[in-house]
Amino acid sequence: MKSEPKQAGLRDARTGSRAGLRAGLRAGLRAGLRAGLREFLLHYPAVFTLLLIILVSAVVGTINPNFWQLSTLFDMLRSSVVTGLFALGVLIVLAAGGLDVSFTAIAAFTMYAITVAVLKHAPNLSIGVIMLCGAVGGTLFGAVNGLLVHTLRAPSLIVTIGTQYVLRSLLLTFVGTALIINVPAAMESFGTLALWTYLPASGGRAILPAFVLVLVVAAGVTWWLLNRTLMGRAVFAIGGNLAVAERLGYNPRVVQVFVFAYAGLLAGIGGIVHVSSNRLANPFDLTGTELDVIAAVILGGARITGGSGTVLGTLLGVVLVTLVNNVLILAGVPSTWQKVIVGAFIILAGSMFAVRTAR
Amino acid sequence: MSTQSPQKELAANSFAARLFADRQLNFLLLTNVAVLAAATLLAGADFIGLYNLQSMAAQVPELGLLALGVMLAMISGNGGIDLSGIALANLSGMVAGLLTALVVSPDEAPLAYTLMFLGIAIGVGLIGGMLNGVLIAWAGLTPILATLGTQLLFTGAAVVLTNGSALRLGYIEPLDDFGNATMLGVPLCFALFLAIAGLITVVLRFTPFGVHLYLLGTNAKAARYAGIASQRVIFLTYTVCGILASVAGAIIAARTSSVKWDYGSSYVMIAILIVVAAGVRPEGGYGRLICVVLSATALQLLSSMFNFLDVSNFFRDCAWGLMLLIFLAVSRFDARAWWQAQFPAKFPAK
Repeated sequence: MKSEPKQAGLRDARTGSRAGLRAGLRAGLRAGLRAGLREFLLHYPAVFTLLLIILVSAVVGTINPNFWQLSTLFDMLRSSVVTGLFALGVLIVLAAGGLDVSFTAIAAFTMYAITVAVLKHAPNLSIGVIMLCGAVGGTLFGAVNGLLVHTLRAPSLIVTIGTQYVLRSLLLTFVGTALIINVPAAMESFGTLALWTYLPASGGRAILPAFVLVLVVAAGVTWWLLNRTLMGRAVFAIGGNLAVAERLGYNPRVVQVFVFAYAGLLAGIGGIVHVSSNRLANPFDLTGTELDVIAAVILGGARITGGSGTVLGTLLGVVLVTLVNNVLILAGVPSTWQKVIVGAFIILAGSMFAVRTAR
Repeated sequence: MSTQSPQKELAANSFAARLFADRQLNFLLLTNVAVLAAATLLAGADFIGLYNLQSMAAQVPELGLLALGVMLAMISGNGGIDLSGIALANLSGMVAGLLTALVVSPDEAPLAYTLMFLGIAIGVGLIGGMLNGVLIAWAGLTPILATLGTQLLFTGAAVVLTNGSALRLGYIEPLDDFGNATMLGVPLCFALFLAIAGLITVVLRFTPFGVHLYLLGTNAKAARYAGIASQRVIFLTYTVCGILASVAGAIIAARTSSVKWDYGSSYVMIAILIVVAAGVRPEGGYGRLICVVLSATALQLLSSMFNFLDVSNFFRDCAWGLMLLIFLAVSRFDARAWWQAQFPAKFPAK
């Protein structure tokens, strides 16, 4: 992804990211290592994320050697699937210059409503159909979001805060509040399906769940959409500069409805995966995780002002947030510190990539 | 409203004309009266009894102060918003509760305890607000990102301080009075809220800072060329937001005699709802403080009515969310222009 240089020092880096990288490195040698590193990171924000991942892993691994196990890796993959699906949705909305905080509500609504409906009317439905229902439901909710954002012409953060509350309370008022432990058989078997089971000589076992593939496919499709289709061009164009994009003939309504619908689709699928992997449907689940997801996308180098962001960076951001949330406890850091650390990471990353226009 | 009497030059009349010239203000006044009437009809005369009026008034300040902060942030433009308000409010109550107990015993010197509690809470708010201000004004973070980050940071810090449990303050008379007592029938904290609102109105209206803030929100570039120290104005704005949040935190602590890190989890949305319903422009540059106060009272009336009618808590969130969307829609919709388009015959071209 080409992120245009905003620093005054990047005069000769305007030709493109590769030339920019070389120029950045040269300028770095001249102006001192620190400035060069900063420019390099501005061009490849994902490297910063990767460095943080390596740093956290090294620290945790040194304190607790148990970290270096295949099962730790598999556990992390398992818990990053749902966050990853959400994050890809947030990425594409963010790239188009918006912000969505309603995806957890969409996911909770579709997962719980579909689980209830399947149990009641068609307990033998296959996972493919259930997944399709989740995708369709999520897409519809997302499209409503997109239409509202476009017609109300208000900041999408405020609009989606509104839809988030509406959806969540509709779910809790009219669909139900009870925890469902006996999820449909198809979801249960999908959640326990193993892609690969590793039995180490020392005992125990590490299972790579099959639903990891859902994230792999979603990441591939999102990458293809953003980098190989006209819609991807339109998304970055609208997110970069709305007025210019409109003059170039891009239709903001189509793009806005598309990005929110796509985020809704991923949220719907994410909800189904969440129920399958936990083997229970809790309507209060997922609430409050939206900030973690947004944090992951920001840490992955997407600017909150729109027009930038990569799938690879986002996935790295998801890994970093999952690492903080799941693994720090291995290093003796109490789980109460999670929010502080994620918040500090956001501020740190935000300050590093901050765009200074008022010079 | 009364536009047909331009020739009357009576001062009182023009004052009345000015007073009712703002459609948003009229609408909010009407809403207040309508909800009050509806609630009295539906829930009985108890609703406008002194006790209920007092208890409603005592509940306004927490959200009202947070909404004032969101309003100031929004006026400053550039996507200004403060998402960290309630998190900072809870954190300041938490730090104040923990620190004060180390120094002063609440049983032996309750007044000293209360004063110190308030002082520390406001100090925490000041520091938190300054952090937001520095991040947004000088580090160049967008307000959404900065306050998202600090929201997590403040909430996280409050969790760390007590390992996630609630902090009980117990009954401390002066502190409890600060939250629950009334003076001449008016709850103290409501009076404080009105005083703060009045002070901010004066500052916005009659000081260079207020003028600069509105200018900055209307057109940041023009403000910069006009020589306004934009960064300082933004820094001050978010600092004030932090102080307002900490006062809200102190009031919450005083009213509930405890501090929790997750108190008021939907307050972020409701504060934004109050501000949007008050007609403050999310793009910046416009917002009237009296409208925010009226919008906060209208929301409280509605919420109390739901209480009287036993509406479920879950459904209430739905109502707030829908109202937020409806108010956004109403502010985009120009009824007069629509009416003229429908019936062009009634509006002959001049």
